[in-house]
Amino acid sequence: METLTHNIQAIPLNHYILLCSIIFSIGVIGVLIRRNAIVIFMSIELMLNSVNLLLTAFSVYRGDATGQVFVFFIIALAAAEVAVGLAIIVMIYRNTNSIDINVLNRLKW
Amino acid sequence: MSTFYFIAFLSIFFSILVITAKNPVHSILYLVLVFFTITIHYILMNAQFLAVVNFIVYMGAILVLFLYTLMLINLNKESEPRKSNLVKLAAVIGGGCFLITIIASLKAFKASQPVMLNDPNLGLVKNLGKILFNEYLLPFEVSSILLLSAMVGAVLLATKDPKTT
Repeated sequence: METLTHNIQAIPLNHYILLCSIIFSIGVIGVLIRRNAIVIFMSIELMLNSVNLLLTAFSVYRGDATGQVFVFFIIALAAAEVAVGLAIIVMIYRNTNSIDINVLNRLKW
Repeated sequence: MSTFYFIAFLSIFFSILVITAKNPVHSILYLVLVFFTITIHYILMNAQFLAVVNFIVYMGAILVLFLYTLMLINLNKESEPRKSNLVKLAAVIGGGCFLITIIASLKAFKASQPVMLNDPNLGLVKNLGKILFNEYLLPFEVSSILLLSAMVGAVLLATKDPKTT
């Protein structure tokens, strides 16, 4: 573990921000280009994870453990969100026999 | 140092595969790999508690939930809805603009400080537990209510309503 944490010492904070923003924008693109509701959910998970990683990086950078506690709360929230969201998707599938989100445009008008 | 860049490349590569894979089951399996690389990032930052929680909650619980739902829904490649190429192009341009905005705003940072781990037991369970149960006791208890209500809501939504069917 000592050697592993020694490895990190030369990486600038900018590279962490860059990595996390790239993963976050991949998640945004995934939400926009897919019509399958489950894949859209997975893209949202991707965005949540990139934010978690960035919070941890800043927490290590500042030497403040509060950021890691916050990540713990975000993980609990994501678990709750996925449980409710997937239940909604199952219900939609039962009613419309499809998980294409373009079928669900009745709320539009 | 090169470990970080290798793992970062892997996480970007697999997250691109997540959104481009045709079969939703393959997307979920690539998502497992993305979460695994993110766990390795946590270990590299010596955030051991978060690495374990990420491993158990994301890779264990959430991904299994996704797979089960996919099996319940019984999708196949033919029923996979597709978007037109114009919409895809617009989406990629939109996401790229978002990325460029963030990168351009990073220019204000100039040369940034390296991420240094000053306190070696920052991310250990002992240290985090002390903070969690002293300063953040109330949010911790509130999150238990959130999880309970999510469980009740999921059961309520997913069970069949006898009146409507």
